[in-house]
Amino acid sequence: MCGISGILNLKTPQTIEITQLKEMISVLDHRGPDEVGAYRDNWAGLVHSRLSIIGIEGGVQPIHNEDKSLWIIFNGEIFNYPELKENLVKHGHQFYTATDTEVIIHLYEEKGIDFLKELNGQFSFAIWDSRKKEMILARDRVGIRPLHYTVSNNQLFFASEIKSIFTQKGINRSINQSTLDQIFSYWTPLPGETIFEGIKEIPPGSYLKISAGKISLNKYWSYPYYSEDEQLDSSLSNITEDIKSLLYDSIKLRLRADVPVGAYLSGGLDSSIITSVVNESFDNHLNTFGIRFEDRDFDEGAYQKEMVDKLKTNHYEIVAKNDEIGFNFPDVLWHIEKPVLRTAPVPLYLLSGLVHENGLKVVLTGEGADEIFGGYNIFREAKAREFWSRNSNSEIRPLLLGKLYPYILNDPKLRPMLKSFFGVGIDNPDFPYFSHQIRWQNTRKLTNFLSKDYVNGTEQNFYDRFNYFLPENFNDRDSLSKSQYLEITSFLSNYLLSSQGDRVAMAHSVEIRFPYLDHRLIDFMAKIPSKYKIFGMNEKFLLKKAYRDVVPKNIVNRSKHPYRAPIKQSLLDERNSNNFEKYCSTEAIKNAGIFDEIKTEKLFKKLSKFENSNEWDNMALTGIFSTQVIYNKFIETSHFKNNSNLEFDLLIDRRN
Amino acid sequence: MDSSVDIKEFVVENFLFGDGDKLEDNTDFFEKSIIDSTGILELVCFVEETYNLTISDEEIVQQNFSSVNNVSSFIEKKQLETSAQ
Repeated sequence: MCGISGILNLKTPQTIEITQLKEMISVLDHRGPDEVGAYRDNWAGLVHSRLSIIGIEGGVQPIHNEDKSLWIIFNGEIFNYPELKENLVKHGHQFYTATDTEVIIHLYEEKGIDFLKELNGQFSFAIWDSRKKEMILARDRVGIRPLHYTVSNNQLFFASEIKSIFTQKGINRSINQSTLDQIFSYWTPLPGETIFEGIKEIPPGSYLKISAGKISLNKYWSYPYYSEDEQLDSSLSNITEDIKSLLYDSIKLRLRADVPVGAYLSGGLDSSIITSVVNESFDNHLNTFGIRFEDRDFDEGAYQKEMVDKLKTNHYEIVAKNDEIGFNFPDVLWHIEKPVLRTAPVPLYLLSGLVHENGLKVVLTGEGADEIFGGYNIFREAKAREFWSRNSNSEIRPLLLGKLYPYILNDPKLRPMLKSFFGVGIDNPDFPYFSHQIRWQNTRKLTNFLSKDYVNGTEQNFYDRFNYFLPENFNDRDSLSKSQYLEITSFLSNYLLSSQGDRVAMAHSVEIRFPYLDHRLIDFMAKIPSKYKIFGMNEKFLLKKAYRDVVPKNIVNRSKHPYRAPIKQSLLDERNSNNFEKYCSTEAIKNAGIFDEIKTEKLFKKLSKFENSNEWDNMALTGIFSTQVIYNKFIETSHFKNNSNLEFDLLIDRRN
Repeated sequence: MDSSVDIKEFVVENFLFGDGDKLEDNTDFFEKSIIDSTGILELVCFVEETYNLTISDEEIVQQNFSSVNNVSSFIEKKQLETSAQ
């Protein structure tokens, strides 16, 4: 795991200064504190900071092929590298390191760009073909590892994190209004977008090819879909056996490392399964890490304890206190580089700190299971609403929603709300965004807080923008498949794997690995009929069935507990009043010019005055606070702290 | 096709968490507290998506959904109605 950055001249050679490469990489030292290496010639500069996990000795990058015409800087892991390497050696390739990085360069040499399909991993990398003057920038299938780029003054700048690009002179730093509008609709930027004007991200499953000054973006993998005719017609017990064997192999590959691997343990089903499998088959001295909350509504400690008692792991935990969450929020935003509507990334940031303190660099985690196996409430909600839509006048059908939200059904005052709140769009279940429209329409209330200048940047029909990302056969899909696709496209890579994933883990030099996101498992699950994924209203049914005898009953049968963190109690905690003043005072709001200062003040007052606060006000608070922090840290600041004096462990200078 | 196998599997997996030893085809779901009032809607939802049927509010009553046998004969009746149309 590492950080990568670089510069490529698009039209004519311009000198790429060593200090530029040092500036760019020095702000990524949290991603790779172990070694730093660089390469430059007349056209390209590559720089790399390394967190050593595989092939620890002699793995400093950039790494080259036999004749030194191809150079690579790489962030991530290729889990199937031993198998790929064996084949390459048979074909005569010679290796000078024990790293997975070197496998990529030879595989590219052997197979061309199609080699991407053979990789099982989580990665972003740059390959520079110094002979052809061609560069490839690529990202893994689901978008676990980040990679950004921009073009300025006939040069392409790229980096794992945007802050690295911002160290360079002449790069525009301003808020992209359209992206802010996206976050205030879909919770995240759409694939390829960032909150900064002109800065792009390579979307998941894609690569950028830059040749003769031309930049082309290409997709090599999409989330798979199989029609009813192509789906597996297999018994439930055969399906669960296949799931177990695929997940077993995925975990086995993800334990490959030359350092010990730990696991996150939340007390939920997904991480409990992974921990149980590792403990039973691979490592019975496993280190596990869990988050506890001061606020009982959020705490899952009892379930974590049950797992730890059963497996006897070396368990470490942190207690995320409300004031601590608020206190760390600005630092976390420096790492995640985009506004967010939740504070949930902060406890994960604290957790990776705990992992680091205990000397571990790699952990397995359960993210991705909800997307792939059908675990989210939004999926079940869509299923219940679709059931209702088959007879929209029915008095009985809406009551199925009570399975998800029993508190509404049991409260006579709230019960009429069931129909008005969840009945939005009930007459049109074929609408492509049927599953997400309630969430998105409600989130859009946040745009009311934007200043006049920014409101002009919002779009009335915000669904149109998403149309671009819908595959051709989208309307033929069943409702769960549609909903899964929307969730994966909007939320998985840009929030879950980024703001709650890579960024908050790498902030403390910790690499996280996701067994549920092995592409073979994703593909297999895409072939399973939707009715088995959510069986009745039973979410992740196949996963529960497969591991019923492995994981304690209490955990398999517990109702879904979404991972959340307190918002108002954290951000408005008196002990954090300095932070709040710094970023959200009337003056700060006015200076940034993004939000309407009168409306925001009213929101802040309302939240401070009343003990209870609703979800939308909490989201608005987080959205406004985080946007203000992003503005302050990335735009208002006059220069970026960096260290142009750092020493390279390796420097290849091939200028003529 | 006899639907009772699918129905039984659904009830065992969903309401009895895989432990189906005591469930007979004529066991009353409500008397034995196997399914509650929201559960019946889950069962209706499953029947609709599995057999491609639409069930009216009037048909969502205990007697149609109270045992594996009852659900199975209800499905059979609905399928006959649909094919006769």
